[in-house]
Parts: sequence; C-alpha cells; structure tokens
Amino acid sequence: MSVTQPPLRSPEIRRLEPVLEPGHTYASVTDKIAAVVLTRPLGIGWLAGFTLAFLVVMLLFISIAWLVIKGVGIWGINIPIGWGFAIVNFVWWIGIGHAGTLISAILYLLNQKWRTSINRFAEAMTLFAVACAGLFPLIHTGRPWMAYYMFPYPSTMGIWPQFRSPLIWDVFAVSTYGTVSLMFWFVGLLPDLATLRDRAKKRYQQVIYGILSMGWRNSARHWHRYQSAYLLLAGLATPLVLSVHTVVSFDFAVAIVPGWHTTIFPPYFVAGAIYSGFAMVLTLAIPLRKAYGLEDFITMRHLDNMAKVMLATGLIVAYGYFVEFFMAFYSGNKFDVFLANQRLHGPYSHFYFALILCNILTPQLLWFEKVRRNVLALFLMSLVINTGMWLERFVIVVISLTRDFMPSAWGRYSPTFWDYSTFIGTLGLFVMLIFLFVRGLPAIAIAEMRELVHESHGEKGHE
Amino acid sequence: MMEHSSHLHGILGEFETPEQLLTAAKKARAAGYKHLEAYIPFPIEGLAQAIGFRWTAVPLITLIGGIGGGLTGFGLQYWCSAISYPLNIAGRPLNSWPAFIPVTFELTVLGASIFAVVGMLALNKLPQPYHPVFNVERFARASTDRFFLCIEARDPKFNLAESARFLQELSAQHVTEVKDEA
Repeated sequence: MSVTQPPLRSPEIRRLEPVLEPGHTYASVTDKIAAVVLTRPLGIGWLAGFTLAFLVVMLLFISIAWLVIKGVGIWGINIPIGWGFAIVNFVWWIGIGHAGTLISAILYLLNQKWRTSINRFAEAMTLFAVACAGLFPLIHTGRPWMAYYMFPYPSTMGIWPQFRSPLIWDVFAVSTYGTVSLMFWFVGLLPDLATLRDRAKKRYQQVIYGILSMGWRNSARHWHRYQSAYLLLAGLATPLVLSVHTVVSFDFAVAIVPGWHTTIFPPYFVAGAIYSGFAMVLTLAIPLRKAYGLEDFITMRHLDNMAKVMLATGLIVAYGYFVEFFMAFYSGNKFDVFLANQRLHGPYSHFYFALILCNILTPQLLWFEKVRRNVLALFLMSLVINTGMWLERFVIVVISLTRDFMPSAWGRYSPTFWDYSTFIGTLGLFVMLIFLFVRGLPAIAIAEMRELVHESHGEKGHE
Repeated sequence: MMEHSSHLHGILGEFETPEQLLTAAKKARAAGYKHLEAYIPFPIEGLAQAIGFRWTAVPLITLIGGIGGGLTGFGLQYWCSAISYPLNIAGRPLNSWPAFIPVTFELTVLGASIFAVVGMLALNKLPQPYHPVFNVERFARASTDRFFLCIEARDPKFNLAESARFLQELSAQHVTEVKDEA
C-alpha cells in the first residue's frame, strides 16, 4: 500500500529534470543573458580566440585572392575530378546549418520547451554556416564576379538559366534558405534587441540597439501579430529545411554517375545534415555554457536530448550507407557493384573506413547514459561526428568521380595546400562570426526565457 | 480641455504579475474603456483579446505572399523555357513542369516568408523610433519584469483623475501620466 519514492536515478526522476534550473525570475534571466553583451568586459580568452580566428580569416582572404589571380588550377581538381573540396565543403557547411532551423522551427512546432535556450545561437550557427557554404559555389566557378549568370535576368544574349538543372535549383534553394533563416533570426531577436536597448547604459549601445530594435515597445497587439508571424515562419521553414538538402542531394542523384544515382540520397542527406548540425551545436554549446556560466540555462537535459537526436539521425545515416550497398548488389548493375567494391578496396578505402568509424561505430557509445552525461565525452563525440560527416561527402564526391564507367576515364585526386587553406579559412570565418555574435547579441532568447520562467511558475502552482 | 488632452497620451498602470494585468485588462474592458494597450515582457495568452484585439491580417498576407511567390516561380520558368527562348531538344515538352517544381516551391516559401515578416512589421507600424510611452522612466522595465496597462487619452471614457483611481483600484502599483512631447 505504501507509496514509495522512486529511486533517485529512475526514469521518473529524470523526466522531471528541468530545462531551466529552479530559482530564476524574469529579472534574473534577463540580467544574466544581457550582461554577457552589455557589461561583461572582454576577457583574455575571447580576445585570444577572436584574434586567432581573425588570422585564419586572413588566410581565407589570401586563398581567395590567389584563386582570383590564378584560377581554379591552384586546387587539386582535374578531369575527371572536376568537383573537389569546394563541393565537399559546400555540402558539409550547408548540412551543419540544418540543425539550427530544425531546432528553431520544427521543435517549435512540436512545442518542445527545451529548444528555448539553444535556438538563438543554433540559428546564428545556421546563418554563419550558410555564409561559409555559399562561398564555395561562388568561388569554385573561378570567376565569382560572373555569379549573377546563375540568376534569371534579362540579358543582352537573350538566354535564360537551365531550369531543369539541379544546379539552378540549388541557387534558388540556398538563397531562399539564407534569406528565410536571416529573417527568422531577426524576428526572433527583435524583442531581445529592445531589452538590450532598455538596459544599455552606454550611449553607443543605446543607439545601436535602439536602431536595430526598430522601436519595439512590447505592446500586446504587437506581440500578437509577432507570434502569428513567428509561427508561420516556423511552419514555412520546416518544409524549406527539408527541401534544401534534398535539392543539394539532387546535384548528385540526378546525375548518372555510379554511387550518386540513387533514390536514397534525399532522405539520407537530410538526416546527415541534421546529424552534423546537432554535432556542431554541441561543439559550440559546451564551451559557450562553460565560458559564460550559462549552465543554468543550457542544462544537462539539453545536452542529453541533443545526444539522443544525434544517435537517432546517426542510425538513419547508417541505414543510408547500408541501403547504398544493398541496392548496388541487389540491382546487379556492374558499375554500381564495382563502385561499392571500390569504396571498400579502392585507393580511398581508408577514407571510407574512417567514415564508418566516425559516423557509425563511435556514436553507438551514445546509447550509454554515462557518455551522454559526460560533457567532455560529448564534446569529443561532436568533433568526431563532424569529421565523419565531412569524410562522408569526400567519399561520395571523390570516389565516384575517380571511378566511373570507363577505365580510360579514371583518375586520382589529391587536394593541394590551397584546398586546405580555403577550407580552414572558412572554419576561421565561422568561428570569428560566432565570437562576434556571442558578445554583440544575446546568445539565448531572453523573451522566450522569461516565458519559460512564467510557465515553470505556473507548473509549480498546479502541484 | 482639448489643449490639455492633446499633450496627454494616456495613463499607465504598472503591475507585478501577468495575472494581475490580465484581470485588470478584462475589468477595464468591462468598465467600458475601448482604447487600451498593454505592454508586457513576453506574450501572454488571452491578453490581446482582453484589450479588444480580435483579428490579425498576418496569416492572410502570408498566404497572398506564398501564392504570389509560387505563381511568379512557375510563371518565370514557363515563360523562359516555353515562350521567350524555346529549345526543342529531341521533341521533349517545353513545359516540363515536374522539373519546375523545386524552384516554384522555393519561391513560394520565399514569398510567404517575406510577406509574413514585412507584413507583421508594417501592421505594427515598425520601425517607429518614438512613442510617448518611452517618456515614462519606469517603462524600461516592460522589457524585463513589469506588466503595464495603458488607458489612452483618446478613449471617450477617459478622465485623468477617474481613470487613475480606476487603475489603482485594480492593484496597479504605480500609476503614471504618459505625456506626448512630440
């Protein structure tokens, strides 16, 4: 008859673990998040990190300048491997962006409360990742100033883009994605910019946040329209994010090259995108919460949930790899069978095995709660998965292009210094933008945190 | 009397909890006030309705933007491929509509999103750098932890002394006049 307390580590207790540590008020969450931007002095860690990232961005500028001077011949691409690092990096970066939209839009529609403290910087991550991604198609033409040829404009030549080509779909998908992500992010920021304006003590801060907040005054009517627009944007961003990596996968799947021409590509590209995106969110969230003492807001529950999403999407990706092999042998198409064997035994097989290790084997550790609750292990895991997803794109692009139908058309690919410097340069650009973002804008959505405080008080009231 | 009210925007009552504000808003509405506005640090369910706000055009504007974007997307591709520069490639159809779907879809989303955001801002009359409520010093807390109800001077039932007393009776902690200095 006696009702016993559930043991401490039982699932009942775990489910109650808060998305926000108890004891916070409207003012305390506002203070804590706004202080990172408004009052906290620049630490040595921030300055050192920013300087390093800035230097790497200089490397990017030098690489692009050299590319413009010499042309794409400075890269390792050749015939038949016309697509090298540029496409690998493009697909990798755009995939990383997907987690931001997933967190801010899909989890919003599903009413997942735990998204609140991570959505803002995940959206920022999306924007910066899309900026890095967009750079590659632009510069891989070798003449980036001609990029406007891709858009349908009335030219004196009287011709139009080929709308039946996935490369043109890509232009529309990525530019729409970038624009919608930017608007979604800005709309989310609007009330927080007003909060910063109201709390700013220094004149320049008042002016900057005053202009950016557009005179937002927290009117109930404004909030009503705001919520309506935000919900609609979330509903629009959800199919959009699924379409973007689908269209990216069409770049491959519509071609007849063995290893690319498969129907599994769209779903498995989308799953892979979310997989790598969540890994990148963890890579950023773990140092961020530590550096700015935000453990109350980004709790173990968030890290645990993200680890579970990674585990789930990682299994979908593993299924994708399996289906690729299965279909190659099931179809009996000799080019597909040959390519599958090339992945296992060809000149780039070590990339393939490294990919399996990073993307399929290591993440299985996430089944264990001990690993999901070990912050350092999660951080390392996120780096492993990011590496694995980069390798996946390398395997897809390079192995297929080096081994297509005719032995006379086979080739080899080895990246040059400039391939690496451009890629590392975009990593620097990404990190630098993140550094600027955490000090210039609230990294956690303040108004949504206040709402969360309100709701958690409400929950207490019902007990 | 007219001279006086042209400089007075309204009267602002400050509340400590969202529940107090919601009750106050409902009572003010019941008392016959029509021009009410609430200022709150986060959206509160039912408050917009309580101050007499019924319908927002944002979804309709978004729908129009989406339809417009989609038609533009398909129309663009159809016109370019079938009218402006038709290319006969082995007799394949010029209006190859399945291949036009991705761009049509993307432009539908783009059109709807831009209309949603711009429509929301336009209906809210933003950007608007100046508003009389900003003259009240304590109003800065509307973006942190205080909940404000404003009875506007243009309300036919508005009377400075009476409305102030009304707000105080509704447990408003501070009641302040909002002056329009523009």
